[in-house]
Amino acid sequence: MTPLSYILTAQAAEVAQAAPEVIDRIPSGYNHFVIPFCIGIAFFLIWITVGCIRLLLKIPHHDRLRFWASLVNPVTALKNIRDLFFDCLFHVKIWKRKPLLGYMHSAIAFGWFMLIVLGHIEVALFVPKRLGISKTALFYPIFYRFFVWMNPGHTTLRGWVFFFLMDFFLLYVLTGISLAVFKRFRSLALGMKHTTKPSFADRVALYSLWLIFPLRLLAESFTADLSGGSFLTIPVNHLWHFIFGDKLWIMPSWWLYSICLGLFFAAMPFSRYMHILTEVLWILLRNAGIKPNHPRKGVAEAEIYACSSCGLCLDACPMNVQKKNLKYSSVYFIRFLRRHNEKKINEIADKCLMCDKCHALCPVGVDAPALRRAQRATVNNSICFDYSYLDSASAAVEQGWTSPGPDCRPAEGEDSTPEVMYFAGCMSHLTPRIIKSVEKVFKAAGVSYVFADEGGGICCGRPLMLAGRNEAAAKTIAANKKMIEGSGCKTLVLSCPICFKVFKEEYHLEGIKVLHYTQFFNELIASGRLKPVMGQERLVYHDPCELGRGCNVYYEPRAALSQLGTLVKASKEYDESLCCGGSLGSLTLDARDRAKISEAAVISLVANKPDKIVTACPLCLKTFSESVANSSYPVDPVRVVDFAEAISESL
Amino acid sequence: MVDFGFGLVPSSRINLDLFDKERYEELASMEPDVRKCMSCGSCTAVCTAGKYSATSLREAIECIHNGQPDKALGMLKSCQFCGKCTMVCPRGINTRHLILSINKTYGEL
Repeated sequence: MTPLSYILTAQAAEVAQAAPEVIDRIPSGYNHFVIPFCIGIAFFLIWITVGCIRLLLKIPHHDRLRFWASLVNPVTALKNIRDLFFDCLFHVKIWKRKPLLGYMHSAIAFGWFMLIVLGHIEVALFVPKRLGISKTALFYPIFYRFFVWMNPGHTTLRGWVFFFLMDFFLLYVLTGISLAVFKRFRSLALGMKHTTKPSFADRVALYSLWLIFPLRLLAESFTADLSGGSFLTIPVNHLWHFIFGDKLWIMPSWWLYSICLGLFFAAMPFSRYMHILTEVLWILLRNAGIKPNHPRKGVAEAEIYACSSCGLCLDACPMNVQKKNLKYSSVYFIRFLRRHNEKKINEIADKCLMCDKCHALCPVGVDAPALRRAQRATVNNSICFDYSYLDSASAAVEQGWTSPGPDCRPAEGEDSTPEVMYFAGCMSHLTPRIIKSVEKVFKAAGVSYVFADEGGGICCGRPLMLAGRNEAAAKTIAANKKMIEGSGCKTLVLSCPICFKVFKEEYHLEGIKVLHYTQFFNELIASGRLKPVMGQERLVYHDPCELGRGCNVYYEPRAALSQLGTLVKASKEYDESLCCGGSLGSLTLDARDRAKISEAAVISLVANKPDKIVTACPLCLKTFSESVANSSYPVDPVRVVDFAEAISESL
Repeated sequence: MVDFGFGLVPSSRINLDLFDKERYEELASMEPDVRKCMSCGSCTAVCTAGKYSATSLREAIECIHNGQPDKALGMLKSCQFCGKCTMVCPRGINTRHLILSINKTYGEL
């Protein structure tokens, strides 16, 4: 190298150093190819803004105030941030159950989120004039790599970091997308037996979503020698040059990328992908503690649009042991709610067992059973009823129809009040072995008690609520409440989970401890008042829906049972446990379909060859006993017993 | 008129001409289980509301067959929907939905 040329090169390098790192390749910052994207995103933004305003206007005034207050309350604000990251971006709930599926969802959601955020930061750092209120702000950060020329003589570490991160997250999303494509054809490999049948808009959005990221890679790799790239785009760029020589189709690839993005955003409001944004709104409303009181209007609207149609509820639903029942799953219920298809909505709402499993497993916490109940109320709440006899219950006592109301106050001459009041409920009266065992346990532990409905009582109100007859339920609740509060009892023990749930949630009994007998007996064992003998038997515990998912009582019954024998696992338990099939929740499911559900539940329970199936609900007890007795399916001899029976037998 | 020595009490006279076949078919399409009832009365025997007020699904179904839907509705007005009748029904009738369906079909009369 001659000294002169050396000086010239050095000068050129100096000039390059002095020039900015990123240069606007196209001074206007605009190209026609951005039009499809702009149309799509503009339509989408208008749609969602109008939707949000409409929704907020529709919710009752006090709920709206509560919503604004929750946003500034630091506790809920922190919870909001946590939930938004964990539920919307990382999909922690899906990770926990199906890791591959969780990876797929979080790769697409978090990866895409990071691409958008980093893209905007990049523009803000290198071409700040294109952001803010500039005309190009809408599309420039999205197509940043098209509009700039990278000065190869002057790339800072900052630039390299961005190149690397952008390529890294693009690759991350691409792995998620390829898993998604694979899942469409072989869902079982990712842990899903059934997947949702996509609607037309779903398909449009789905296929454009699949194409967006490969096209982005194509477009960015075509321009990589102009606008720079990293470990992914540069080698791919070399590959294209190797295959096509110097003639790369830069414009067509950017056009296609823009069209796909535009198509996706235009189809989004009518497709399952609307959840990407409505999920955020629903989480905020949910955390503000606002509950829907109509299946379609107000908050419910945010809830039904938050459904991602992922179909996790399909495998969860106990009804789906029969393929014909797939159409009654929550995902389709919500789809028809969106479409206002009243006939289908009612049909699906009435079929559900209300076991709450879809709600427990839903990645965004959509409470479909509550919406179904609200839907039932729109039809059944107005059915006329006449409970005037409840007011004259005392007259019934006089006529000798029923026993006098219980009294927990100390009798004359005695100074101790009975420790608990026991309420068996209608169902337990049909399975008196439960009542007998409960009384035996009380006596063994020396618990003084009053039997509230020894001569039969009235219904707790939960079955009416499940049918959507809320006004009628309020009547029976008021009558029972009067009876209990009038008795002066301090602890109320219930043997039916259906009663337990409604007593706990709707009765608001001031100063009275409401316990399910599994909780109370466990307390007795823990305090040493009850001393069961450890046996040799293998036990399996069935979580009744209303007790487990309904009231979150999973631990106490298991703790007590582990004192009686070896507790073995069912193939599905805790919040994944299957409904016994006898649920009062379903209005239209017939006996034959119910038998199929019971069969599946028994098979899950006997997975580890127990000697006894223990349940803590009179309805489950009856259903399982029948199912095991008439089993036309292969099941080893197993006894079905109630929790109280199991305890009393071991005393 | 021949005097047989006994007569019908007008109030308990059954008029089968009043049986509304169309409406009954509507009910049966809503809840086919209505055809399964054999009037054993198990539902009435266990009825929670029946303890306090005249409530009987068995009788309500009879009344519908006898063309007395109003009487049937009155018989079900006190129902608390507790589901004990479903638990005991030997024919596996979906009694709760049947009661709802009777209310929906004959309710607007």
